[in-house]
Amino acid sequence: MGAAPKFGAAFLFKRLEILPLPQLASIPIITLSTPINFDFSTISINMADFSKLTEMAQQVRRDIVRMVYNVQSGHPGGSLGCTEFFVALYGNVLKHSPKSFKMEGKNQDLFFLSNGHISPVWYSVLARTGYFPVAELNTFRKLNTRLQGHPTTHEGLPGIRVASGSLGQGMSVAIGTALAKKLDHDDRFVFCLTGDGELQEGQCWEALMFAAHHKVDNLIVTVDWNGQQIDGSNDQVLSLGNLPAKWKAFGWDVLILEQGNNLEAVITMLRKAKRRCGKGKPIAVLMKTDMGYGVDFMQGTHKWHGKAPNQEQFELAMAQLPKTSLGDF
Amino acid sequence: MKLEDIVSSATRATRDGFGEGLLELGKQNPKVVALTADLLESLQMHHFKNAFPERFFQVGIAEANMIGIAAGLAIGGKIPFTGTFANFSTGRVYDQIRQSVAYSHKNVKICASHAGLTLGEDGATHQILEDIGMMRMLPGMVVINPCDANQTKAATMAIADYYGPVYLRFGRPAWPVFTPADQKFEIGKALMLAEGSDVSIFATGHLVWTAIEAAKELAAEGISCEVINIHTIKPLDETAILDSVSKTKAVVVAEEHQRNGGLGDAIANLLVHNLPVPIEYVGVKDSFGESGKPVELLEKYGLGKKDILWAVKDAIERK
Ligand SMILES: Cc1ncc(C[n+]2csc(CCOP(=O)(O)OP(=O)(O)O)c2C)c(N)n1
Ligand SMILES: [Mg+2]
Repeated sequence: MGAAPKFGAAFLFKRLEILPLPQLASIPIITLSTPINFDFSTISINMADFSKLTEMAQQVRRDIVRMVYNVQSGHPGGSLGCTEFFVALYGNVLKHSPKSFKMEGKNQDLFFLSNGHISPVWYSVLARTGYFPVAELNTFRKLNTRLQGHPTTHEGLPGIRVASGSLGQGMSVAIGTALAKKLDHDDRFVFCLTGDGELQEGQCWEALMFAAHHKVDNLIVTVDWNGQQIDGSNDQVLSLGNLPAKWKAFGWDVLILEQGNNLEAVITMLRKAKRRCGKGKPIAVLMKTDMGYGVDFMQGTHKWHGKAPNQEQFELAMAQLPKTSLGDF
Repeated sequence: MKLEDIVSSATRATRDGFGEGLLELGKQNPKVVALTADLLESLQMHHFKNAFPERFFQVGIAEANMIGIAAGLAIGGKIPFTGTFANFSTGRVYDQIRQSVAYSHKNVKICASHAGLTLGEDGATHQILEDIGMMRMLPGMVVINPCDANQTKAATMAIADYYGPVYLRFGRPAWPVFTPADQKFEIGKALMLAEGSDVSIFATGHLVWTAIEAAKELAAEGISCEVINIHTIKPLDETAILDSVSKTKAVVVAEEHQRNGGLGDAIANLLVHNLPVPIEYVGVKDSFGESGKPVELLEKYGLGKKDILWAVKDAIERK
């Protein structure tokens, strides 16, 4: 691996890439959500569908900020950074049945969120793809809600298969479901998202070893490689070292996604990851994202990992995330 | 049943009963899968593995991962049985059990061998005496500690028919076998072993046999003990306990566990709210164990037959 995959829309980002980071952070997201000249043949999605997903991503970002602002708690940073991932996954990549969710998920693709703190983005995307009413987003973190601070099966929210929040556990659970699929000759895939800071948990590396040893090749784990965690950058807190080399050394087929906040790039990569399944190795997608992406003052810093905006900040954020035809919750 | 009729014809380790039960389950139920963390034969899981290699997973020395994988297998509709020592089945992975199994209500059977002092020579690092307490605190967790190999086999098979998380605790040493091989195991249903009128002895695990021996000796002294096997610590058979205590008005609880947090506390909690009577605990007094032979250790740490004798007399005296 190594070289970043070619994207039809790569030119769109050239302009951004040459800018130093602080300036990049000040460019509002709206410029990115307007697709021009994509090469749709690479991602087997038509222009109309892609526009819908772009709009959904915009709406999901509004949802995230509004949810967190509403209850003055929650985790906007990682949620905003993973918006493209969730929209791509649920809107284009997964084979799933939002209207008739079943725990076992036989003959369906499964998804596990190991870094459960980024529940806002997951809840928003689940609602926006039909798992439960969009209006329910309004109950996030409030008493008696199904949308608990961290995801849980305990309240029966469709789309959730295991509780997460205590970090480091999701990959193990995902592996278990992947094994069950193999035992049942079910040829669908299991997806899992984990944080990068989360990889400091030893259990993750137990899971990595197991998946390679047991050739769990129907499993696709994506790392939200934003370089940030609560107390600072990964490098300040506890360096992850050469992450791709580590995953490779643990026996995984490693893909690197340089543009985790480019919807087309994410779709292309996840589809590519699916094609790499079934060859004896579990698949890792190391996905570079910007924490807080889409709201300039939240972007690229750990400070918005788990902080709610005040009113002034909220208004600033909303101004950068204009309304969409999907409507707010 | 009469005390003198309870006899042991042989000794076998409770873990042997587990191994047999698991093999039997494998034949009966294709959903049953098993995992170990490098303790295959210690848990007697090789019988299952040899018969059903495709349904067996060697996880390596990675207990946290094992619990998570088991939760995932349960999501996929399997009935996973995890096997490692009791210490590494509980304290080592408490948070994994709490979040991925208990809170998520996964149908995982956590099977734990080498519990308590009777693990013997390996010493305190391995002799967990807090596991019942940890597991029974978890909402929705079923906690079972069978008394002999036959009952462990029956319990192993019974928990597969129950949907939900279960902690099944058993041990290492060869131990008297006295329950009938064909006795049905009902989760949460205490077993009356001998009726009596002066004191109720509630015992669990290995100490059920010790309680029977003590009761026989006390009978010779004219003290009538009711001996009840509490194989399921959670859910507790409250009716059986209250029925017995309303008759005897004195209680002894015997368990191979810390006094803190175990069966004694579970029963005391029930009685303090419903029927306060004198209770004596036979259990480890806030200490770690050490190396030694199983019976030596039980005696040194106050879990021997004579400790039950004294506890019975103390409880009756305090009536
Ligand atoms: C076992 C555990 N330890 C600590 C925490 C507290 N915690 C929540 S999120 C987080 C940082 C996670 O970093 P990362 O995975 O990089 O997520 P990001 O901050 O990028 O969203 C920490 C330490 C936790 N939830 N679980
Ligand atoms: Mg991070």
